[in-house]
Parts: sequence; C-alpha cells; structure tokens
Amino acid sequence: MPVLRYDDVEVGDQVGPVAVPITRADLVRYAGASGDFNPIHWNERFAREVGLPDVIAHGMFTMALAARLVTTWAGEPSALVDYGVRFTRPVVVPDDGTGATVEFSAKVKEKLDGNRVRLEVSALAGEQKVLGRAIAIVRLAGRLA
Amino acid sequence: MPLDQSFVGRSYPASGPYEVGREKIREFADAIGDADPVYRDTEAAKAAGHPDVIAPPTFPTVITMRAQRVLIQDPELGLDYSRVVHGEQSFQYHRPVHAGDRLVTTVYVDGIRAAAGNDILTTRSEVTTEDGEPVLTARAVIVARGTAEQQPAGNGS
Repeated sequence: MPVLRYDDVEVGDQVGPVAVPITRADLVRYAGASGDFNPIHWNERFAREVGLPDVIAHGMFTMALAARLVTTWAGEPSALVDYGVRFTRPVVVPDDGTGATVEFSAKVKEKLDGNRVRLEVSALAGEQKVLGRAIAIVRLAGRLA
Repeated sequence: MPLDQSFVGRSYPASGPYEVGREKIREFADAIGDADPVYRDTEAAKAAGHPDVIAPPTFPTVITMRAQRVLIQDPELGLDYSRVVHGEQSFQYHRPVHAGDRLVTTVYVDGIRAAAGNDILTTRSEVTTEDGEPVLTARAVIVARGTAEQQPAGNGS
C-alpha cells in the first residue's frame, strides 16, 4: 500500500528537486541490466559517426530515474498506474570524470477520482528539458477507516 | 524511403515467455540506483501485499524491447536501425510485475507516418501472463532520423 494518503496531497504540491549525477559507468551498468547495448550509449566514436555530440544516456534510464522520484514520494512503487514521457533532448554524458547531472522534480497537477493524482515531472540537464509531457498517475492510499 | 503504410495494424506473434527473476530485478534496481526494499527483499514485498519482489516501473522495457526487435529488424519493414532514436514511451500498469511471472508480449504496429524527413513508428506491446492475464500495456514512438526521404549529402552527420 502507498504510504502517502490522497487526502494529504494538494494540487501544487512539489516533489524534489533531486539532482542525479550520471557517469559513463552508470550507462554501462544500465546497458547490461536493460539489455539495450546500442553503441550510442557507450561508444563515443560511434555516437559521433551518427551525428551526436558525444555518448548519450539511454532515454529509458532518464525515465527510470524520474519514476524513482515519484515512487519514493508515494512510498510504494506499485502506486504508479500510468506513466509516459517524451524524450525531447538527449542527456550528453562526457567522459571527463564528472559526466552529466540531471535535476528531477515533479508537481501535483490534478486530483482525480479513485484516490489518483496526476503529476507532471520535469527533468533538466543544465537549462535544457530532456523529458517533455512527462506525466505520472499515482494511486494513493485512501482515508483511514 | 518512407516506410510501408500497410504495416499499420499488423501484429507480431507473442514472444516466448520471459520469466521474471529476483536477481534480474535486483540488478535492474541497482542500475537505476533505487534502494526500495520491495525490489530486493521478499519479506518487505509480502508485507506490502505482493506475492514476491516486484519490478521497478520501467523494468518491462527489458521485455518489450526484446519483443519489439522483431518488428524493428523485420527486413520487409526496412527500418534503418542505425538511425533509430526513442521518441516517446509510456506504460499503463494493470498490476505490478513480480518475480516468478512468466510474461508473453504481443507487439502491434499502431501507426506509421513521416514528418520533417523522419520516419515515425508507433508501437504497442501488450504484456500478459502465459494464462492471458493482462499485466501492462507499453507504447513506444520510434523515430528513424532522416530516412523518410532522400537527404542532401552530409545532413545529420
């Protein structure tokens, strides 16, 4: 059961921001765990050959990190019932010992029936939005009986 | 070359079952840096009302990407895989995925269009148990950059 209760949430409530560093090692680990071995996510030479500025993070990795923010807030991952994003810009991850940092935040936009709330999620790499139309529908715990 | 519109409405036969394993879930949770005990500890998962450890929300990509590969690499469709980027992704969860699930995936082609020289393919993956219980629906928009029409030399590189 989600920890968070529907009645305790208001439209406009903010989640985060949380800054998440992303290094090449993270991308290699994610490639292995997900099975997505597209070389644009680990091979700089290949990435440049196909017109990218450098190695980029898997969009699904960014999507996973954004989900983590929401499920941690709800207190239970299965509270997330619907989740969708657009990948608007790549997260470029240079091999410079620092990598990239993405700042995630979310805002409650609407309270729906069935103890559900709609959140809009934001993911920024520097000034750039890397996710667009990122919407999470979360089913929270109801009233105490 | 624009993609063949006649692919819209096609479906690919359900994949062989994917058995969701506890250690694969743990590996995925580690890779996304999520320490939630319901991904790792069977007792914590049971206390939260699940039959076993559950998978993080985007874990189904492990299953649906594999199933989708049959479509993306279908030589008849002729998609240039080297120019493919992920445009959009969504998941609608009917229930959480948990360890021990044996899941089958059917991939549907919901749309094909061209915009600004890109081929844009919309797919839907219906993931169920072997017994047909709906588990989740995943939708993806896949963009092949600059493949819809002849591009001037040097464009996009």
